[in-house]
Amino acid sequence: MPKMIINNQEFEFEPGMTILQVAEQAGVEVPVFCYHPKLSIAGNCRMCLVEVEKSPKPVASCSMPAVEGMVVHTNTPSVEKARKGVLEFLLINHPLDCPICDQGGECDLQDITMQYGPSTSRFEENKRAVADKNFGPLIKTHMTRCIHCTRCVRFADEIAGVPELGGTGRGEHMEIGTYVEKAISSELSGNMVDICPVGALTSRPYAFKGRSWELTSTESIDVHDALGANIRVDSRTGEVMRILPIRNDAVNEEWLADKSRYSYDGLKRQRLDRPYLRNAKGQLEEVSWEKAFEATALKLKASKPEKIAALVGDLVDVESMFTLKKLFQGLKIPNYDCRLDGSSYPVSPAFKGDFTFNTGMLGIEEQADVCLIIGCALRTDAPLVNARLRKRYLSHGLQVAHVGVPFESTFPLDHLGDEASLLADILEGKHPFSKVLKKAKYPMIIIGNEALTRPDGGELHAMAKAIAAQYNMVREGWNGFNVLHSAASRMGGLLMGFIPENGALPTKDILAKAEKGELDVLYLLGADELPETCLEKPFVIYQGHHGEVGAMHADVIFPGAAYTEKDALYVNIEGRVQQANRAIFPPHEAKDDWKIIRALSDYVGAGLNFVNLSDVRAALSIENPSFSLLNISQPGPLSTVSKTLPKVGDQKFKPKALSYYMTNVIARHSVTMANCVRDLTGGVHD
Amino acid sequence: MLDPKDRIFSNLHGQESWNLSQAQKRGDWDKTAQLIKKGHAWIIQEVKDSGLRGRGGAGFPTGLKWSFMPPVDDRPRYLVVNADESEPGTCKDRDILRHEPQKLIEGCLLSAFAISAHVGYIYVRGEFYREAERLQQAIDEAYAAGLLGKNAAGSGWDFDLYVHRGAGAYICGEETALLESLEGRKGQPRLKPPFPAVMGLWGYPTIINNVETIAVVPTILRRSGAWFAGIGKANNTGTKIFCISGHVNTPCNVEEAMGIPLKELIEKHAGGVRGGWDNLLAIIPGGSSVPLLPKEICETVTMDFDSLRSVQSGLGTAAVIVMDRSTDIVKAIARLSKFYMHESCGQCTPCREGTGWMWRVLERMAIGNAKISDIDDLLDVSRQIEGHTICALGDAAAWPVQGLIRHFRPEIERRITAYTQGNAHA
Amino acid sequence: MVEQETEPFLFSKANSTLAKQIVARYPKGRQASAVLPLLDLAQRQSGGWLPQSAMRYVAEYLEMPEIRVYEVATFYTMFNLKPVGKHLVQVCTTTPCWLRGSGDLMDLCRRKLGVEKGQTTPDGVFTVVEVECLGACVNAPMVQINDDFYEDLSVEAFDGILENLTAGKTVKTGSALGRMSNPYRKGE
Repeated sequence: MPKMIINNQEFEFEPGMTILQVAEQAGVEVPVFCYHPKLSIAGNCRMCLVEVEKSPKPVASCSMPAVEGMVVHTNTPSVEKARKGVLEFLLINHPLDCPICDQGGECDLQDITMQYGPSTSRFEENKRAVADKNFGPLIKTHMTRCIHCTRCVRFADEIAGVPELGGTGRGEHMEIGTYVEKAISSELSGNMVDICPVGALTSRPYAFKGRSWELTSTESIDVHDALGANIRVDSRTGEVMRILPIRNDAVNEEWLADKSRYSYDGLKRQRLDRPYLRNAKGQLEEVSWEKAFEATALKLKASKPEKIAALVGDLVDVESMFTLKKLFQGLKIPNYDCRLDGSSYPVSPAFKGDFTFNTGMLGIEEQADVCLIIGCALRTDAPLVNARLRKRYLSHGLQVAHVGVPFESTFPLDHLGDEASLLADILEGKHPFSKVLKKAKYPMIIIGNEALTRPDGGELHAMAKAIAAQYNMVREGWNGFNVLHSAASRMGGLLMGFIPENGALPTKDILAKAEKGELDVLYLLGADELPETCLEKPFVIYQGHHGEVGAMHADVIFPGAAYTEKDALYVNIEGRVQQANRAIFPPHEAKDDWKIIRALSDYVGAGLNFVNLSDVRAALSIENPSFSLLNISQPGPLSTVSKTLPKVGDQKFKPKALSYYMTNVIARHSVTMANCVRDLTGGVHD
Repeated sequence: MLDPKDRIFSNLHGQESWNLSQAQKRGDWDKTAQLIKKGHAWIIQEVKDSGLRGRGGAGFPTGLKWSFMPPVDDRPRYLVVNADESEPGTCKDRDILRHEPQKLIEGCLLSAFAISAHVGYIYVRGEFYREAERLQQAIDEAYAAGLLGKNAAGSGWDFDLYVHRGAGAYICGEETALLESLEGRKGQPRLKPPFPAVMGLWGYPTIINNVETIAVVPTILRRSGAWFAGIGKANNTGTKIFCISGHVNTPCNVEEAMGIPLKELIEKHAGGVRGGWDNLLAIIPGGSSVPLLPKEICETVTMDFDSLRSVQSGLGTAAVIVMDRSTDIVKAIARLSKFYMHESCGQCTPCREGTGWMWRVLERMAIGNAKISDIDDLLDVSRQIEGHTICALGDAAAWPVQGLIRHFRPEIERRITAYTQGNAHA
Repeated sequence: MVEQETEPFLFSKANSTLAKQIVARYPKGRQASAVLPLLDLAQRQSGGWLPQSAMRYVAEYLEMPEIRVYEVATFYTMFNLKPVGKHLVQVCTTTPCWLRGSGDLMDLCRRKLGVEKGQTTPDGVFTVVEVECLGACVNAPMVQINDDFYEDLSVEAFDGILENLTAGKTVKTGSALGRMSNPYRKGE
């Protein structure tokens, strides 16, 4: 490897690295503003100037390639002078309003000025003022603070794929803005707040709510889609104040989708905070936990096991589902299903490749060259998976085709049509796209909910597998078969077998029987996305954190904990088991969900012997050891492809009923998300 | 003084028609094909031998620049001519465009052939609407005569040439900003490396030269590099068009030998300084970007890259801006600072923030509304910009200010003192 | 940000032909290079300025994001984002012109037309702007009116030009002294 000298010490580097990257790797600090490792190099802030021997001028280390034998100094008087100069220039027109700036305390400009900057100003002219822009309900602008690093512009262009921001005007009148006043039309817009090195772009919902040093940060996992983005929940006195991404290049890089970032205000509204029981007058009445359990136990004992069923919602953690499964098994109740969306393609934990996103995020980024998307609005179903595909498109020209309901993509997407019958043509080599698949070296396929929840979802699933087999997508060293779930709970549920077996009822049948009155008890664990007609006849046990459809029709309510309020495991689409951590406590009498079920088990005489969470996890790991392997993607084998051609119906794919901003109970109770729906569908904002 | 027979631009002032037939009578397009048949290497070597240094301001050796082109492969290669003439004081390319367009067009073919390019673009500043119109007519004439296009001038080399008009931005005279502009973006200079010879227009190898540089190439090839090198001084060879403006009796453009004494240039061609040589206050010798020179230095300095550099100024575009003793020198430089503030692209910090700061301080200094310590602060600010920016506009903004303080500090101090005292008495 | 919604814009038949020719100067897929000339065409067709709809049209025409076109339109000084008068009087006031009296020309505009720089006369005939060096320094002071240069101006000469333009008469372009960039003596 080539070597160079930084501050009289020799360092090795990979060819192609810049001076800045070598310095970073060597632990030599070089201050930067415009440079961002995930964005293209702009070189405009000039903060990273260093001295390179034999170069007459200081050099911007962010853009200068490292060269064998180069001698660099980052700590000479001339470098110090250059940094001081740049900082002085940045500060002359920057309002020194740190005391009222939301970026205060976590501001690059503030930090770097403290470390390298001049302590006084020589500037005696008037400061520049810049009109604020309206970037929509999520981003608050204070453009006078802008230092023109163009990170936000590059983010919009490169990562989000919505080239809507730009620098208009020139010289000292250059301003960051949009063409016509509008909200940024991206599901990733909140990341611009993170990458803004100053307080020009701040979080609108968090505006003036707190100071960074007052917050307690808890590392956790996001549940608003099934990717399991790594997050940091910042709380203060028992309240979630904001949610930020944590860098994990294997999962979410350092990005977070807007729903995951901004729906937290939904955690504070319409919460179930104590047990309720429907009284003789038909009204829900606050009761003690004992009374709630007793009433439930009576009902459960009085009903025949085959007339009892359980459904779990999209945000439910692994341990709660497992505890509920154990309870039902103890009571010999066969009917439970984790697939609230009604999908029923055959799955078996032994062939987890059948329901996993096997390619993984890194597989997309590093290898994929062709991708076929079936029945999936990728951009909204999983914004960060979409961002990875875009990244691969930008770096290696990933070619993507789509069969399903058209959506506005952030990269060139060849929409083949919205008829499922197209797939047979692709399989049989009759479609032009077959040729593309055939030539591909690392082809992948993604099948999503629009397909899997159709009545012929099983056939479509088989079809996707057949296409994968036909085009050699699953082989030694490459697995291009991917199911994209949209619920954070789904992978965990499928992996632990929270699905009907031996003729037990799947979701569709449970709901049909419930509607007809053929079901005595329906246990809803965080399940709300259900037709209300199914909830009128049976005795409904609702366990969850929000008072919505399920709770409204419940006969007994067990208040549970939201994802920010418990230590719990979630399995992401790649089979990556990740741990969410408690940031705050659930409100009032609400409890960890697995504990509620365990307590209930005593009342129904099926006592589960879990004392603490590790007991639950230990039992789970015995049943399926993959649950004990944290933080690694775990693709799996696929079941064999049947020889007979799947019989796919010829009906068109149907769009999803719920807006991106409204897919779960937390989001539906978030004012911020409501504002997004209003403003991003053509309205104006306050 | 330049021997009239060594003059390259014989129609610089439009004494005769610009059209093709007249140009041919003046010697343009004479056996061009034969020059091309001598090969790429021969042309490059002749240009190297001529000692020709770029006429756009920086003075980089042209032949050397051409030799930076990577070996020919199957990718396109481009010649781009910088006709974004915008440096205050400079108006020489304008005369070539309107009076000697065929010299430029022939130069384009020869230079493009030298670097193995089949396509050329001439980027003309947007305000030169009539000049671009004239150039297009000349190109159309050349096409019609078979001098451009397939088998251009019967040379066996295919060459297409297009005019691209800018739209008002000094910075597009910076070669990478020009490329950005030509690609349809804001004219913001690119980070270097990579240099345009390696990664230029649309990412392909590109050579960018000034109008005058390209327009002298045909004559150099006809009369030999040695002939050109014999004019002027060592390392500062050839003829050069000087633009003499400001307080002279007869402002003009004139082609002269490099290295002509500044005083001789002004007295011989521009009718002398208004009110006589002794009425001279200062001269900016190479366009607004270079530091001014006080009269003492102007007495003896010669007009070439090295001499002017040795007196802490520069030849730049050879635009001589003469200021007599009636000039408010602080105001004159303040106006240039305003120019740089207006023309800063806004991309990088020191230039975006620093140019306006300097201008505002200078405006105050022009009336004396400043502190004595502001002078050193201003100098320091100019040094904070210099050398710290992406392109040379930062340096160009800093140098005139540094020149002012270097040579006229007592004048600034006098004004500050007078203003302070005036205020104290009021 | 642009504010006003404007009438839909469409290239005239002649400009459509021109636009096609312009785009053809650049390699396939590089049509964005035509953004300056096409904005110029659109501005000429719109009476000297670029309404929002014209920028949007050019963006669509060249398959560019609107913001990229807007960046360009706001970066280059020759694009006017507000309506201008019939005669756009661009007075160069950079040092070489200033040394030779551009200040007096500016004063004349103020006096004669009653407008400050950046303003348009109430009758919409003149808009006066201050511009940076136009590259005719040896013929200073000079003024550009629409596409033409008026050079070697004295206040009287400039007054005459404004007078004639007001009267709707044609005016002689170029040097008021009838010379090119050569010294004043004739027949060099």
